[in-house]
This record gives sequence, structure tokens and C-alpha cells, in this order.
Amino acid sequence: MGKTIAQKIFEAHIRDTPTPANVVLDLDVVMCHEITTPIAINDLVERGLDRVFDPNKIKVVIDHVTPSKDSKTATQAKILRDWARRQNIRDFFDVGSNGVCHALFPEKGFVRPGYTVIMGDSHTCTHGAFGAFAAGVGTTDLEVGILKGVCSFRLPETLRINLTGTLPDGVYAKDVILRIIKELTVHGATDKIMEFRGPVVDAMSMESRMTLCNMAIEAGGTCGICLPDRVTAEYLWPFIGSDYATIDEAVADFARWHSDPDADYRGEFNLDVSALVPQVTYGYKPDEVKDVTEMEGTPVDQIYMGSCTNGRIEDLREAVRVLKGRKLADGVRGILSPATPKVYNEALTEGIIQHFLAAGFCVTNPTCGACLGMSNGVLAEGEVCASTTNRNFNGRMGKGGMVHLMSPLTAAAAAVKGYITDPRPLLD
Amino acid sequence: MKKRFGGPAICLDRNDINTDEIIPAKYLTENSKEALKPFMLEDLKLEGFDCASEKARNAGVIVTRANFGCGSSREHAVWVFEVNGINMVIAESFARIFRQNMFNCGLLAVELKKEEIDRIFALGDDLDVEVAGTDLKVRGGGRELDFSFKLNQFDHDLVTAGGWLEYANRKY
Ligand code: SF4
Repeated sequence: MGKTIAQKIFEAHIRDTPTPANVVLDLDVVMCHEITTPIAINDLVERGLDRVFDPNKIKVVIDHVTPSKDSKTATQAKILRDWARRQNIRDFFDVGSNGVCHALFPEKGFVRPGYTVIMGDSHTCTHGAFGAFAAGVGTTDLEVGILKGVCSFRLPETLRINLTGTLPDGVYAKDVILRIIKELTVHGATDKIMEFRGPVVDAMSMESRMTLCNMAIEAGGTCGICLPDRVTAEYLWPFIGSDYATIDEAVADFARWHSDPDADYRGEFNLDVSALVPQVTYGYKPDEVKDVTEMEGTPVDQIYMGSCTNGRIEDLREAVRVLKGRKLADGVRGILSPATPKVYNEALTEGIIQHFLAAGFCVTNPTCGACLGMSNGVLAEGEVCASTTNRNFNGRMGKGGMVHLMSPLTAAAAAVKGYITDPRPLLD
Repeated sequence: MKKRFGGPAICLDRNDINTDEIIPAKYLTENSKEALKPFMLEDLKLEGFDCASEKARNAGVIVTRANFGCGSSREHAVWVFEVNGINMVIAESFARIFRQNMFNCGLLAVELKKEEIDRIFALGDDLDVEVAGTDLKVRGGGRELDFSFKLNQFDHDLVTAGGWLEYANRKY
């Protein structure tokens, strides 16, 4: 019986097998942000264990609330900042160089095919787009990861998601993943790895693959994963150029991680995307998804563009296809949070930011902010937000607020119309 | 096992209760577990459930449905239970990260079949749970039910060690 990519990665990282069903893996990267790490740091200090397993393998960012909004968030930032300095962690990103973790760290080339990655953040599954095993964990797992460079997992079972057909214009990775979650439900992939396969994935950019993998957790998945290929190698080339003579060589090397043709899958899920239309959530769970046409006319108060799901340059380019030359509808407010400084810069150079500003959007610094209702666009009771984020839980963006998840294009359409609508007629 | 498990139980009769409902994001700026105490289940809207009630405050056990603890990785969702004296959650199933967080903190995440959870809920809402090894005794409405649950050896060892940090620090 062949092996899946996840099984191959697991086998290459086994430190211990405490039981036949559990493994303890060596970690290549441990990522940290200011919400879930400070308590781990404080606990290590209290226990007299204020050490790190390898400062080069720890990547740190302040991203959820930045610049700090009050004394409590300032304290969280300070604990992280002081610790990074004390432990000689060079890859530390603070105000001015920081951005949303799952957009920033890939940009820096920190994740490579075959890596094992953890972070105290459920959307760590995003990094599986690079052919890595990347899992969100709690603070105790993070703490042990920081101290010992290991994490425990049950043996991986993989769900193979086959995406066939061709994406129609105006339909994106976000629509695909929302549809998958609708079909699988919020626990359809619990304890499983979602391996995204097929011509649709092969044709996707790294940005789109990250959008797919980002929401694996919303179906309960431990990790989303794509097979690393030429697209991966080209994205990573600035960082791996010294390891390989040519891109071809990198592509050939990456192939050793690929799932075998006779690999053992726990289940398969097939979706032909050719007839897919833009998807929108309607309730408080990410599997409560409808075709945009069924949501037509739902009024919105705020548009939020950003987050680790859809705050990348590709997303902003798509939104501008609708926003260009148009204005926010009366009474609607728009907030754009480019996910990283690099995205912000590119968007400026390409004139994208100018289109957002001309449409009447407020452009914030790169941060999570409104995505989790912490800052920069929290909803009031009864308000409705068209959002490019990944979670629509009750209260997620503010107590009593309602979040409709959708693609950047669909959010842009809501921005100019003031209600949820099919973006495709607005495309030039 | 180090801790004593069981006690009066509260019933949360709904699938997919997420970590935002257990502890809203706005409290994640706290840097101590103790500070989370007043906010347990604050955003959970469930008929007949009042997070501020004495019953909720005195509970040692939560009995609930499928996919409990889905969503965010925040261990705050486990800590807020811990500081409120809740030592175990009995559910049809758990989200992976939440379940791992429970064992990592030395607490019990116990899975029972849907029919078994149905039978527990049928005892009414004045419940008391007693744990001996992997056996459960649930009392309520003048009746008593016995169950046994499976505990993976590794999870058992984490609970015995008092959590993953204690286990890993000794072993790795
Ligand atoms: S953008 Fe939102 S979902 Fe992504 S890491 Fe930040 S808070 Fe989490």
C-alpha cells in the first residue's frame, strides 16, 4: 500500500511513538503570535524553563491587534517582544514590518515542502498549501513546541478532495472551499487531513491554494495540503535558489513528497467546479452556505477585505475588477486591511489602494483586527458584514453582529450595491 | 490519575458549540488563566442555559453533543473550564484541537455514543457524574446509569502526568 504526502511527512519526522496510534513529531517551524503565546512564555518562565529548542526555527509576529489598542494588548505585545529579544529569535515582526501570520510567513519563505509546522492558531492549516504538514494547536502544544521542538498527533488519515473542471470567471478558491465545507459540514474532516487534488488545484496560484487550505479547519480538518509542484517552486525560488541549481531540480525533489498512486485514503470527495457560482454563508456556521443568487438583496452595513483567507494581492486585484470607477453604496462602510506590508506595497504600486480609496474605503495597516472582532472594524449589535474572512460564528466580529463569508469579488459587489449580489454582472 | 474527575454536570444540548461561544475573542487579551473565570460560556445562546447561574458555576462536568469545541485553537476555552472547576467534558465527539487541549491540561475529554448521550439527557438536568477508571456513573431524576468509555493509552498517560508539558519535559 502506498503512502499519502502526510504519511510521508510524518514518517520523516518521528521522534517517538508512545502508542501505535500516537506519534510525537520533530518540528521544522514553530510560529507564534501575541494572543496565544504570552501565556506559554509566562508559564515557561514560572517553571524555570525559559528556553527555546532552536531560535532559528521559531517565527514570531504581532498581528492580531497591532499597533496595540490598549494596555492589555500592549502587554501581550511586550511579553512577545521581550521574549524574542531574550531568546535571540531573529525572525520577529513588529509594527512596521508585521502582517497577518499566515500571509506573512509564507511570503518570507519559512515554509517548505515536507516541513512540519505548528502555531497556536487554528488557521495554521493554511501552510499546507506548500506541501507541508501544518496544524493549529493550543498553547500547551505550542509551549512544548517552543521548549522541545516536538508535538504529538494521532496518525494521519487523509480525505482526498478531487477538484475537476474549470473555474468560471468570477468564481474563486474561496467559493470552492465554501462549497466543500457546505458538503462536508463543519465536522466532516475532523481528525483528518484534507488533500486537495486535481487539475483545478494544479492550475491555482499559491495564493489560491492558501485560501483553500486556510479553511480546512472550518470542516474540522487537521490540515489542508497540496502537492508541491512547479508553482510552489517558483513561489519559493527566492528562498531556495541556493539549495537547487534550477527550478526543475527543485520540482523533481519536491516530488518525493507526493502521495503514491495507491495511497490509502480514508475517503474521497469529488467536486466539478465548472458550474460553481459564487458562494456566501448565511448563518453562524461556515457550512451554512448558499449560492449568491439565493442571498441576493441581503443588506449589509460593512465590507471587510482582508485576513489570512483573502487579504493577499491576488484577492485585492480581483476586488478592484468591480470597485474600479465605482463607489461604496450609500450608508455602507468599507474596510481594507492588506494582509502584509508586501501586499500593501504591491497594491500601492499597482494602483489598487487608490481604487479602494476612491471607492470610499478606509485602508488600515496589515493586521487581523476586525476578523476576530478585536479592533479596526468591530460590528455593533445587529450590524451585518460582508467579509472575506473565514469564520462567521455568532459574535465573531462583534457581539450581536452577523458575518457573511464570501470571496473578495462578491464582497466588492456588496460594497458598491449595499447588499449581497452576484458580482459577475459587474465585471467588465 | 492525579486529578479527581466528576461532579455535578450541566447539559449543553447542541452540536458544534464553538470556542468563541465558550470564551469570546475579546477576553483573549488576558494574560492569566484566572482572569478568564467570569466569562465562561458567555456567548452561548441555548434555551434554558444561563452561564451566570449557580448551577453553571458549580459544575464539574459538561455533557454535550457532537463536535464540541470547534473553531479557534484557543486553549482559553479549556482554561476557562479549568478555573471554574470543570474537570471533564462528555460529548458525542470533539474538535481535534479542543480535545488535545483538554488532555494537554490533564483534563478528560470523554466520547460516548449519541444514544448514550440521549440517555443521559433523559435523566433530566440535575445530574451528578462519578468516575472510576474508565467507568462512569451518572445519577439524575432518582435514577442511575452506568457507562464505560475508551481512553487512548497516550491520553491516559497525559492525564496521569498532569498534562503534556509535564510528560514532554520528562521524556524529550
Ligand atoms: S486573519 Fe483572522 S483567521 Fe486569520 S489569523 Fe488573523 S484572526 Fe485568525
